[in-house]
Amino acid sequence: MTASPAADPEAGLTAPGRGGGLKDVYRNRFLLKLLVRKEVRVRYRGSALGIVWSYMKPGLQFLVFYVALGLFLNVQGSTPNYPIYLFAGIILVNFFTEALGNATRSIVGNRDLIRKIYLPRELFPVASVWVSGVHFLPQVLILIVVCLFFGWVPTLGSIAAIIGAFVIVAVLAVGLGLFFGAINVYFRDSENLVDLLIMMVTWASPVLYLWSQVDRVLGPAFWVYQLNPMTVGVEVFHWAFWRPTLDGAQLASPAAATVPGLFTIWFPLAAVVTLVMLALGQWVFARLSVKFAQEL
Amino acid sequence: MTEHAVTMTTAIAVENVGKQFVLRHTRSLKEALMWLIRGRRGDISRKFDALKDVSLRVEEGETVALLGLNGSGKSTLLKLISGVLQPDGGSVRTRGRVAGLIEVGAGFHHDLSGRDNVYLNGAILGMTEKQIDAMFDSIVEFSEIGEFIDTEVKFYSSGMYLRLAFSIAVHTDPEVFLIDEILAVGDEPFQRKCIAKIKELADAGKTLFVVSHDLDLVSTVCERGVLLEHGRVVMDGEVHDVVAELRRRSVAAS
Repeated sequence: MTASPAADPEAGLTAPGRGGGLKDVYRNRFLLKLLVRKEVRVRYRGSALGIVWSYMKPGLQFLVFYVALGLFLNVQGSTPNYPIYLFAGIILVNFFTEALGNATRSIVGNRDLIRKIYLPRELFPVASVWVSGVHFLPQVLILIVVCLFFGWVPTLGSIAAIIGAFVIVAVLAVGLGLFFGAINVYFRDSENLVDLLIMMVTWASPVLYLWSQVDRVLGPAFWVYQLNPMTVGVEVFHWAFWRPTLDGAQLASPAAATVPGLFTIWFPLAAVVTLVMLALGQWVFARLSVKFAQEL
Repeated sequence: MTEHAVTMTTAIAVENVGKQFVLRHTRSLKEALMWLIRGRRGDISRKFDALKDVSLRVEEGETVALLGLNGSGKSTLLKLISGVLQPDGGSVRTRGRVAGLIEVGAGFHHDLSGRDNVYLNGAILGMTEKQIDAMFDSIVEFSEIGEFIDTEVKFYSSGMYLRLAFSIAVHTDPEVFLIDEILAVGDEPFQRKCIAKIKELADAGKTLFVVSHDLDLVSTVCERGVLLEHGRVVMDGEVHDVVAELRRRSVAAS
């Protein structure tokens, strides 16, 4: 209204509903915060145990694996401090699977909103991953307390490694969540496919066993196994949480060895793979999201 | 056309817009693959044109009523302008933030309190945290919710629910205000209040774009009318003339 009549009346017009991808999520971080808060508050409404359910799954998984593998198959005979080894991997994998599963369903799940009001749709998968992060945090605290009890002394390096591994896994979940979430709008097969992936994740990374056992079987093809950013994330968690709890004799055992080149080769490579996944996810999401409102 | 038009700043520019909807029958990858393998034979989907070659220009400060019978494409055009849908052909451009009374209450969550919903819904409609903070008391006052603002909205009556939703929407203060069915809200006193508020916005020089079946009401709120029929603009002019034309056509159709 302040424009002078001589000015181009069309200057400043923009096409509505054309998103700027993940940049829009940053621009709408206040809305993201509210969506996350809503999700956290609402998820366990009406259940007697509430937030405790967030710990039931990793807790039970830990128990089952510990009894079946640690005790019955006696993995803990060959792997020192096996419970810590197990728990460190399980919580990271659980964060990833919960984040990916919810992100994949987030677009279809918010269909009422998406069909009616325009808002950057990337917000929903990102919010799902964030909510999983909120649930992940107390589990890490439990791990930290246990590790401290077993003589863990955090260093600047190990804290940086933990954060780095977490960020890689979170970004990977966002990338894959964008990808499968967008496809899920068109083909609901997507969420079933993701359920299969989720089932495999625990076994495709050295959560229950040692990386060296994979190396022995795969030999020269071991690098394929290492390409999985999830695998690297779990290995970094073991390096940062589990290894420092071992004593001198245990550290000398072959089980305690860290993958050669974990931080010089595999970690940077995992970051690259993750960023490629993120770029792919965002590209697919941007293309498909144009028609979300009419396809839902 | 109106005294507002002298500003000559375009608020909404719709150019040769076409929108086609595909009624997809299949929902699974298997069926889609089989269809591709069979050489795309058979009709996997049905299509229809919701909008055909629609052009429309709204200047800042204009109050426009979009009129037409059911299925004429009004809602589709509104969704294109709000950005929910994207055109298949042509272009839609708007200036500034576009929001308003469309789908009032979408984005409400039943398990959250009225207060939380004001923030969530306000943010969904594009308000910043500061704006909501500043508007909060005014929103609550207008909604007449009072002390129930901290109660979960699932315990609200449908009237309270709609009043709060409407109150948030009316306080979003976008550059372009879209309104879909003004009178779907609350009891009569509240409706009068809403209409007064909308007229206040119009008088303040807001760009209003209204879809409604209440022809008498839109005649009092809007100055310009646009008539859609089967996805085409068939008339664009002074609102009373367009309303008269719509009435003539609907009598002829029945």
